[in-house]
Amino acid sequence: MDSKAAERGASENEKETPQEQEQEQVVNPWEVAAKEGGKIDYDKLIDKFGCQRLDPSLIDRVERLTSRRAHVFLRRGVFFAHRDFNDILDAYERGEKFYLYTGRGPSSEALHLGHLIPFMFTQYLQEAFKVPLVIQLTDDEKFLWKNLTVEESRRLARENAKDIIACGFDIRRTFIFSDFDYVGGAFYRNMVEISKRVTCNQVVGIFGFIGEDHIGKYSFPPVQAAPSFPSSFPHLFSGKDNLRCLIPCAIDQDPYFRMTRDVAPRIGYHKPALIESLFFPALQGETGKMSASDPNSAIYVTDSEKVIKNKINKYAFSGGQDSIEKHRQLGANLEVDIPIKYLSFFLEDDAELEHTKKEYGSGRMLTGEVKQRLIEVLTKLVERHRRARAAVTDEMVDAFMAVRPLPNMFN
Amino acid sequence: MGFSKEQFLARLQELQIEFSQYEHPVVMTVEDQAKYVGNSEGGLSKNLFLKDKKNRFYIVSALADTKVDLKVLSQRLGLGKGGLRMAPEEALGEVLQVPLGSVTPFALVNDSARNVSLLLDQGFKGQERCLFHPLSNDMTISLNVCELDKFLRSIGRDSSYVDLEANPPVGKDNPPDLAALVPSDSIVLPDLPEKAASLQAPPKAHVVSNNKSTEITAKATEPSRKVKNVKDKPVNSVQPSSSFKDVGQFVEEILDKTSALLLSEITEETIKQHGQQLGVVVSNCIRERLASELKTDTTLYMQTAYTEGFHVARKMFQSTDIHHQFRCL
Repeated sequence: MDSKAAERGASENEKETPQEQEQEQVVNPWEVAAKEGGKIDYDKLIDKFGCQRLDPSLIDRVERLTSRRAHVFLRRGVFFAHRDFNDILDAYERGEKFYLYTGRGPSSEALHLGHLIPFMFTQYLQEAFKVPLVIQLTDDEKFLWKNLTVEESRRLARENAKDIIACGFDIRRTFIFSDFDYVGGAFYRNMVEISKRVTCNQVVGIFGFIGEDHIGKYSFPPVQAAPSFPSSFPHLFSGKDNLRCLIPCAIDQDPYFRMTRDVAPRIGYHKPALIESLFFPALQGETGKMSASDPNSAIYVTDSEKVIKNKINKYAFSGGQDSIEKHRQLGANLEVDIPIKYLSFFLEDDAELEHTKKEYGSGRMLTGEVKQRLIEVLTKLVERHRRARAAVTDEMVDAFMAVRPLPNMFN
Repeated sequence: MGFSKEQFLARLQELQIEFSQYEHPVVMTVEDQAKYVGNSEGGLSKNLFLKDKKNRFYIVSALADTKVDLKVLSQRLGLGKGGLRMAPEEALGEVLQVPLGSVTPFALVNDSARNVSLLLDQGFKGQERCLFHPLSNDMTISLNVCELDKFLRSIGRDSSYVDLEANPPVGKDNPPDLAALVPSDSIVLPDLPEKAASLQAPPKAHVVSNNKSTEITAKATEPSRKVKNVKDKPVNSVQPSSSFKDVGQFVEEILDKTSALLLSEITEETIKQHGQQLGVVVSNCIRERLASELKTDTTLYMQTAYTEGFHVARKMFQSTDIHHQFRCL
């Protein structure tokens, strides 16, 4: 789900002029950079994009409706913003279901923890609300934007599908598809309907395309928009044109779906709802960037216990003080400490996290201990993922990707 | 322990298998072997020990002159174009339990090789006698193919003769003709993961480390629980794909995990601490610690079952050449 360059925003609630933006933080599907090497200001971002904060009352509501504890990502504010999520919940309460839509641009074989986050959350949503899910693998996008052959991007899509499946999606309610395989028929008809309602100027504004860009790039956005509409999947949602769609994604995808939401009413569909997450920080700190070229900036699902231990100990940016005496005196700076941040993503036990923050913040606990705990948590997570991944066969991928009916997908 | 050459030869005699034996210095290649036994009656064999990307192993035993194309074989087995490669040295010792240079169909006598698939050159059938190493490359034995079959039957194996030089097309309408010869189980070797990863192309997450499957528990003070099957079958406990198809094995693993946790939670200390409440405490603990893992495992079980069902259905309605072989009534 990538696109290029400075974001200007097509429509909904844009307040700033291009000039004002250059001095601000930059957040778009291609680039995420804080102001002057500081931290991302999420309040400002929400304000600028025009989406809503996910407040605690919504989280309570989710718990009531699903009769289970909210996912750790909700409780800790990892998924913190939304558009029309309350409409989804209103409809759900009335007995109207919805479907989930998420995806991945299969650009590399190695997935890191940051990549897994939307999938882990989507798996929870599927299980909690008992709704179907479509997962789009944008192999065509990667072919268009990167130096890959069609064959290679299709192969990567299948490989990535295995890691996605390992996140535990319900095969009875999940349809995974690659653009190169699936685009056509009703899906394509929707793509063309969408293209007719978006101008060149708009996509230039949202994605920063220029005259020298090949036309493949220009024609791609409708491909990512189409899955937001149920009629794109006649084998699943035939006759259910009124079905709502909820899209869990990272907040940098917001511009993309603003375009889609703008088009939706004009072709007679509900606007897709969004539920958005923070960025997962690089090991070196929030100002650093997770990059495929630096394997030490992230924990990969293929990392062994040894590698995880080494990466955390060596590269995880610590908010602790330089010396033990100073640390005991001043405590750790929790704002910039990466191990604490990672623990807040992945340590399920609220009480333990609170305790750790308190002890570490006051200086009673040392960085080493916090890192040790993090290593344990991450190793367990990665180990479980690997185990599940090893059980995913090519046949299983075929089954997930088969254009087949999903009876009982709402039960 | 693996069979020794002497034990194996004794076994052949017990089975009243007719063979001749030739001792010679250790030979590492077929050319060298030919120097010593090339004149004796019989087709000299070359034996390849191969593995695929999913840690399944194969012995391909062919006449020395037969051309064996691994790419073609890989496709015929349904492994795709580059699916087969020579097995690493360590596997020779671990799986076949024979020294380097001694690959032979007879290695299947060892239990460690029970999941290794054997492909025999159908060219052997046209020979009066064939020459193989008897588990060691300082000797060659010659015997008729029927005697070879007799031996294989005695260890519960079928003889699969294949035209190794054939190159049939493989595609949507032509399923891989040797697919049935692919072993149903993979073999994961201990302490191999790091080495295996460097031998193969970029990250294949399939190799799951045997020894490293220790459960990291929630509290640092807890003893680490091993995911290993208590009956200590290292191979099975790290083959997710087989335990997710076998109900008995699946249940065993769940019970192993539960009882391991139970036992670790009931100690003198905890009895003193909780007294009569210990039952409730342990029960909650088990629920809390195992719920998520059991959910993952069960999801995998369900996914595997669904996938099998899906493929059966697909096969039923795909075959156009066998008219109405499968029907839904």
